[in-house]
This record gives sequence, C-alpha cells and structure tokens, in this order.
Amino acid sequence: MSFQKPEFKNQYENFIGGQWVAPLDGEYFEDSSPVDGSLIALVPQSNAADIDLAVEAAWKAAAAWGKTSPTERSTILNKIADRIEENLEQLALVETWGNGKAIRESMAADIPLSADHFRYYAGVIRSESGEVTDIDANTVSMEIHEPLGVVGQIIPWNFPILMAAWKLAPALAAGNCVVLKPAEQTPVSILHVMELIADLLPPGVLNIVNGFGPEAGKPLATHPDIKKVAFTGETTTGRLIMQYASENIIPVTLELGGKSPNVFFDSVMAADDEFLDKAVEGLVLFAFNQGEVCTCPSRALIQENIYDAFMARCLERIEAITMGDTLDPATQMGAQASNDQYEKILNYIDVGKQEGAEVLIGGGAYENEIYPNGYYIQPTVFKGHNKMRIFQEEIFGPVLSVTTFRDQAEALEIANDTLYGLGAGVWTRDIHQMQDMSRGIEAGRVWCNCYHAYPAHASFGGYKKSGFGRETHRMMLNHYRHTKNVLMSFDKNALGFF
Amino acid sequence: MYIERVTVTDEARAVIDQLREKHGELIFHQSGGCCDGSAPMCFQKGDFLIGSRDLCLGEIHGCRFYMAPDQFEFYRNMQITIGVTPGRGSSFSLEIPLGLRFMTLSRVFEDSELENVRPVGA
Repeated sequence: MSFQKPEFKNQYENFIGGQWVAPLDGEYFEDSSPVDGSLIALVPQSNAADIDLAVEAAWKAAAAWGKTSPTERSTILNKIADRIEENLEQLALVETWGNGKAIRESMAADIPLSADHFRYYAGVIRSESGEVTDIDANTVSMEIHEPLGVVGQIIPWNFPILMAAWKLAPALAAGNCVVLKPAEQTPVSILHVMELIADLLPPGVLNIVNGFGPEAGKPLATHPDIKKVAFTGETTTGRLIMQYASENIIPVTLELGGKSPNVFFDSVMAADDEFLDKAVEGLVLFAFNQGEVCTCPSRALIQENIYDAFMARCLERIEAITMGDTLDPATQMGAQASNDQYEKILNYIDVGKQEGAEVLIGGGAYENEIYPNGYYIQPTVFKGHNKMRIFQEEIFGPVLSVTTFRDQAEALEIANDTLYGLGAGVWTRDIHQMQDMSRGIEAGRVWCNCYHAYPAHASFGGYKKSGFGRETHRMMLNHYRHTKNVLMSFDKNALGFF
Repeated sequence: MYIERVTVTDEARAVIDQLREKHGELIFHQSGGCCDGSAPMCFQKGDFLIGSRDLCLGEIHGCRFYMAPDQFEFYRNMQITIGVTPGRGSSFSLEIPLGLRFMTLSRVFEDSELENVRPVGA
C-alpha cells in the first residue's frame, strides 16, 4: 500500500516573533520535490532585513525565556515531542516529499527520533545540576549555567526535521532563543513542525527565516547580536562560519561530514549465523537515506581472506534493494535531495571509473518508471584503493568504496587515512580486537558490531576536519550556555593588603 | 605553455560574468565534506579568507581557484572543469540564488601530460 502525496500550501512564510510574516522584500523562491521534480510551494527568499527582525524578536523573548524554570522548559519540550509524535504520519510524508527519502525511513527514523530528542533534553535539564565547591572553610565556589541569549542555527537538508531537533532541543533546553535557517532544498517540513508547535512556545523563542546562504545565512552568521552559531554542512562553509564568528568573537559548533570506514574482520564469517547476517546488513547500510548521511559508511574495509565470500553475500543484499515508489513503505531507497546532488554523484561515479576502480554493482542513474523526473541513483559499489578520490571525498550518495586489508594494523592505518573523523564501524567477534580498533580509530563515534544507530544520550561529533562540538548528548547543553562562577566569601575579616 | 589544472565551461563563464557584475571580483574554493561538499564554492574576493596554506590551482575566467592542501593530494593527477547545473543547492556560494550550482567535472591526466601541468601556487 502506498501513501498519497501530502497536502501543501501554495506559499509559506517566515515565523518571527510568534507570527507568520512575509519576507520584507516580498521575494519567494520555488521549492520542488526530488521525488518527482514537481513544484511544492513558494518559500520566502529572505535577506538581512528579515534576519534583523528575527534577531530582534528573539532578544525581546530572551530575558523571560532565560528565566523560565527548567520544569517549565522541560514541560514544553515534552509537549513538543507529543505534538510531533501525534502527527508522525503527516510529518513523515511531508519530510519524504520534500527531501526524497523513502517513507519507511521518515516514519521509522526521522520523526520518532526527533520526538525522542526533545524528550531526552526535557529529562536532562530536570536531572542535572551545577557544582558547588568549598574552596576553603569560608569560601564557596558555585558553577552556574546561564543561557547565551539568542543563537543562530543553520540546518542541513539530509534530515531536515531531525537535524533541526538535534540543534533546537538543547538550545531551547538551555534557555536560549533561536533564529533558525532551514536548508533551501528542504525548507517546508520544518515549517509544518512549526505550525504544529507554535502555540507551545512563547512568541520570539523560536524564529524561522528561510532563504539562501549568501542572502540570509551570511547575515545570520555575522549578526552582532547572535551569540553562537551551530552549523552542519561542508568544510568551506564551515571555515567561513568560523571566520564570521571571529568577527564577533562567538563560539561555533560545526559538523562537517566524513568518509567513514566500516571495517569487517574475518571472524564475522566464523559462523553462518545471525551475526554474519547483521554484518552483511551493516555493510549495506551505506544505502541508508540514499547515502546522504554525514556518517555514511562509505568506505568498506574487508579482511582479504573473507573478501570474496563476504562480498558475494553483500552484493546479493544490495541487488535486493527496492526502489521505485518512494511513498510505499516497502521501498528501501528514495531520491537524492536535489538535481545538483544527483549530478555530483554521477560525476563521482565517473571519477571512480576513470581512476580505475571496478564497478561491482550499479554505477549509474536509476530510471524510475513511477517518477521519471525525480533524482534516483542505483546503489553503487566500487572496488579500489584508499588513495582514490572516491575513497577520500564525501560523495553523499549511495556509493560505496570497498578495499581489502591484510591484518589489524593495516585495517587501522587505512581507517585513519582520511581527512575526516566523524563515524566508523568495526565488525568482529574478537573483543580484544574490538577494543584496539575502537580506541585506535580517530573518529567521534565508533559503532561496534552495529552502525547507523543515533540514540539520544550517546554523543555525536567529529574529529579532524569533521568539525567539533558534541550533539545528541547532555554535553551539548554546555555549547549553548555560559558557565558563571560565583565565588562567595563568608569571612568577615579583610585581607589585610591595604 | 602549461596544461591547466582547472578549466571552465562556457555556461559557467556566463554565470561568472553575471555574478561578477553584481558582486565584483570573485574567487573559487573547492569544498569537502557533507551535504553540499565536494563542490566548488564561489565567493566575493575578500569575503572568504584564503588560508595561508591553501593552494591556488589556477584561474578560471579571471577568478583564482583554491583548494586546501590536504584535499589537493587527491587532485594531483586530475584536471577539473567547473561547469554549472540547474539545482537548488545550499551553502554560501553566490550562484545559489540563481537556482544554479557550480559543479566540478574531473578528468584523469594522461601520463604524458603530467610533466606539463601547471604548478600549484599560493
């Protein structure tokens, strides 16, 4: 059974100060669906003046919001989670139509994880506390958390609602007001969430301004009244965000992607059992979300003595990936998010072929008979070596680069031979090997005998050029607040210096 | 006469002209990483701070083209051509509002070409 295309308005607005407002210049851009290439709606093409309005509205709300009790904020976050969950199917459909991902992913992952994320931070702020230390008999030191004020968040397009939830939940929980800019490829789904939760938040606490990077993103990132910028995206823009932040001396958190190794040791084939089946699926997870995941396990490293047998099983599983009707819950892979991504991925497939990598499966566009104008790519596997560009650059598509290794030392060397360090996978039945590899790999998240799990309460973030800051964990709260030290003396006597 | 490391299509030249008229002098920087990464970014000259160790691979239609040195290691043996495609990309690249996206097309140099390829500079 397939779902029907969801309903959209003809035109959306910005959400500023608790109101839906038109962009001041009256300009809109066309948002289209990667599923079938059709127009979804018009979305504000905002600029610096709209950002100014949003920042001003956020500051109007900041003093009161920053003083709400953790109980109040926690209750609101829980209500946001409930609202998201109550509208799971509708939000999932909107997400899929806007982003292109298969409906089963938005229903099983994006939307439930978004709701859970708000609940997680709702819980954390009820249970954490600051620190009090006796410096000496008459001196007490208190470490107190205070919100930054108003923060800017620039959201990527691969998981539009979930990535907004990752950033919003800790920022709001910590007592900040937010000006959020959705990605220009996928603006509408977050606006649907906003419609559902608008009555739960005081006006100005959350503001959404749509528009393009150079016209709306830059004024947000350089705004003198923004106290922190959070960004997920790519390295050049990451550098630019840091450079802009240096103008105002504010902190940033950056998540800039990776080229994550997924390492399979020979012990995975020691038995033909459930675990082997799980490991095979673990390799095929490169196709999850069409490969548009910052932690896509896009490099598979397979021990050479099991390569043929293991790869044969994996290719069989990849061959079975179903595509076609993106709104059918049985469909496993959907559309790439936009035409330029689609073109880029095809260019990288061409690079792989020119570099001499061997195409094991796929290797081109997927002709979708149901949606001939959508952006579909076949799950593709190359065999090559780690110095090739397809092993070193993030393709952000369903393209896996496979190579072999002799022993554990070589596996670790290849795994770490990358500019990035966001995710990694290790598959083995040997617990000692697991320990050595998981501690040896330079990445912020090492999945051991699993992959692509993103539970709240397990930190997520990069080493190396993958950026810094740790999301999906309570430690993110400290990226959204000051620590104030109050040093109290109970000694009545003067120092005696003067 | 060097063989260029970076070239540009006529379509991309026309877009560069259009952007230059509005923004003045431009530069390109090849990005890496997720989302809109692994694609060229076009900025007003002086907006993006060129890193002191970034490499200049050459010039396309009057715009210098830069890349981080560690990324360049994987482009040594490739000629890249900057083209343009319709697409709703994100990022801060200046062509985004036009509904267009610059893209990087690649060609592996022939062995015979390698000794004549333009040296990279700062």
